[in-house]
Amino acid sequence: MSRRWREISVSLPSLLWLTLLFLIPTVLVLAMAFKPSDGYGGMGPGWTLETIRSLRNPSYPAIIGRTLGLSLLTTLLCVVLAVPMGYYMARTQRIWRQTLVLLTVVPFWICFVVRVFAWKHLLHPDGFIRHGLLALGLIAPDTMLLYTTGTVMLVLVYSHLPFSILPIFAAAEKFDFQLMEAAMDLGATRWRAFTHVFLPGIARGIGTAVLVVLIPALGSYVIPDMVGGTESEMIGNKIAQRTFGDRNLPHACALAALLTVAVLGPLMVMVFGKGRSGTAEKSVGGVV
Amino acid sequence: MNDFLEFKNVSKRFGTVQAVDNVSFSVKRGEFFSLLGPSGCGKTTLLRLMAGFEQPDNGSILLDGQDITQIPPNQRAVNTVFQNYALFPHLTVRENIAFGLRVARRPRQEIDAAVTEMLKLIQMEDKADQRPNQISGGQKQRVAIVRALINRPRVLLLDEPLAALDLKLRQRMLLELDLIHDQVGITFLYVTHDQGEAMSLSDRIAVMQGGKIEQIGIPAEVYEAPKTSFVASFIGDTNFVDGTVTALPMPNYCRVRVEGLGEILCYNDKQKAVGDRVNLSLRPEKFHVTLEQPQEDARLNVLRGKVENIIYAGNHTRFWVHIGERRIATYHQHRRYHLDEKPIRWEDEVWVWWDADSGYMLDDYAPLLEERGITPPPETIHSANGKEQRI
Repeated sequence: MSRRWREISVSLPSLLWLTLLFLIPTVLVLAMAFKPSDGYGGMGPGWTLETIRSLRNPSYPAIIGRTLGLSLLTTLLCVVLAVPMGYYMARTQRIWRQTLVLLTVVPFWICFVVRVFAWKHLLHPDGFIRHGLLALGLIAPDTMLLYTTGTVMLVLVYSHLPFSILPIFAAAEKFDFQLMEAAMDLGATRWRAFTHVFLPGIARGIGTAVLVVLIPALGSYVIPDMVGGTESEMIGNKIAQRTFGDRNLPHACALAALLTVAVLGPLMVMVFGKGRSGTAEKSVGGVV
Repeated sequence: MNDFLEFKNVSKRFGTVQAVDNVSFSVKRGEFFSLLGPSGCGKTTLLRLMAGFEQPDNGSILLDGQDITQIPPNQRAVNTVFQNYALFPHLTVRENIAFGLRVARRPRQEIDAAVTEMLKLIQMEDKADQRPNQISGGQKQRVAIVRALINRPRVLLLDEPLAALDLKLRQRMLLELDLIHDQVGITFLYVTHDQGEAMSLSDRIAVMQGGKIEQIGIPAEVYEAPKTSFVASFIGDTNFVDGTVTALPMPNYCRVRVEGLGEILCYNDKQKAVGDRVNLSLRPEKFHVTLEQPQEDARLNVLRGKVENIIYAGNHTRFWVHIGERRIATYHQHRRYHLDEKPIRWEDEVWVWWDADSGYMLDDYAPLLEERGITPPPETIHSANGKEQRI
């Protein structure tokens, strides 16, 4: 009996935390999706399925698809860039390692919006990058660097890269590089040792990197809003538009619920399919 | 047949440290060859050069007549057993052992057969599907050995493979290693700082110090006939005694006057002449310590001393005897148990005697280890120039 009590008392704080800050808000968001809108940004009395039905609007599948595609590609690019970076950081001399960690973290000292705004300047139609590329004949005169899906992609990767470098570096730093020597000693090429020994060795770091990049990326709306065009809208933009523009909270909630289901569904399958837990609480995502 | 593996004038420097200094030696086919020395002596660097993880600054390494110095590690017919085993944590025991053959893209049946055979060799068939963190240290050790053996290397490199095991397990693994060496017939290059391991396993031992090889020989040679004071003190315990040759009373023997000890007779295989300074190593177990005076014998050194300290160690007793101005460490084996034998006690006046053949003349004259900047391993007893060192 006392053991049971101890178990409860140990898990109670995290249970409370999750309930207050994750479970209740999520349930509230889900519930609001079934309320009618009163047209003034509030909610009317009673319950309705009208909002859910309106999600069948043909523009949503495209936006959901784009959101998933951009986020997955961002995650992939971030991990592909972060793995060699983390490997190098773990192998290099101490002084360089510290410098590189600092360089990775330093951009956080500047406001996120300011950094995205900086890209707007850099890629501006009259900016030096576009003029330089034009002068070199690398782009056609009608090529736009700003307000395209590619721009959104670029800035998404830029702003999420540090989040993927840090966990991968942390895992690589703990990795026993003698294992790679052992693999090469047994006849493996350096590449094979990298793919068959190093990558499995930092799998946890890669998993964390995927989560901490994918989930914020799915909810991003500042980046597509500032550097994207009408053709690169993400679900976050639609949610913001419904909330602030249309003052239709139930509709925004329905979209948010749709995103949550789209993210949590596959994640649940991944986590519980493996019969493991522990990473699930990290999947608490939202609109940035 | 001779010189299967050859190191020729190999040097390697790391920054300001000359890790390996112009080392040349050769290993015979099928031999169990040990590199023995304290940490930092260059033995592990030699092994890494052999494995291909490091490139020598100078010199070459020949395997069966072929220069392998430039060949990368994954193409050398050489495999390594790492000190901390370096088993792949994400693979099972079976997958770890199979790694070398998988990389070599051998057919599946061949891999399965070879792995099963190896599992049988180390009697771990039941652990085949466990991961490295689920098996014991001794089991990890065995897996590491057969993982390295499965590619049928021409030379197996072992880097302090028993260092992480406890004493009993180490002793059992010693026997097992010996057995595996006999069974597979592969040349073993074994790196260790443990003289006991090296002595009990090796066909030959190279004793290293400061990036150089001090002596190569069979275990009995390096123990009984150490060339230098370093070898004498690193392998086993010894008393260092320095003196001047005063006479050559009979062929192959000389009399040596040792300050503060007296005149002693010594085997003179170095053909020293009268007036030469010599350095002797007198192993503690060569001495006899008795209360009765021994019978006269021309080849016996007999000295009188006072027992200063006694340590009973079960199979032998250690006596430290003050003779003249020096202190000599002696080990007395209990060959027979005499209940009524009068025991030797503290402060007893005793006779200390030994056969002249038992003292060994070193190549280097009296360079005390401390003066050469060498810290002797613990347990070493040496007293020379009247100074007492640690016991």
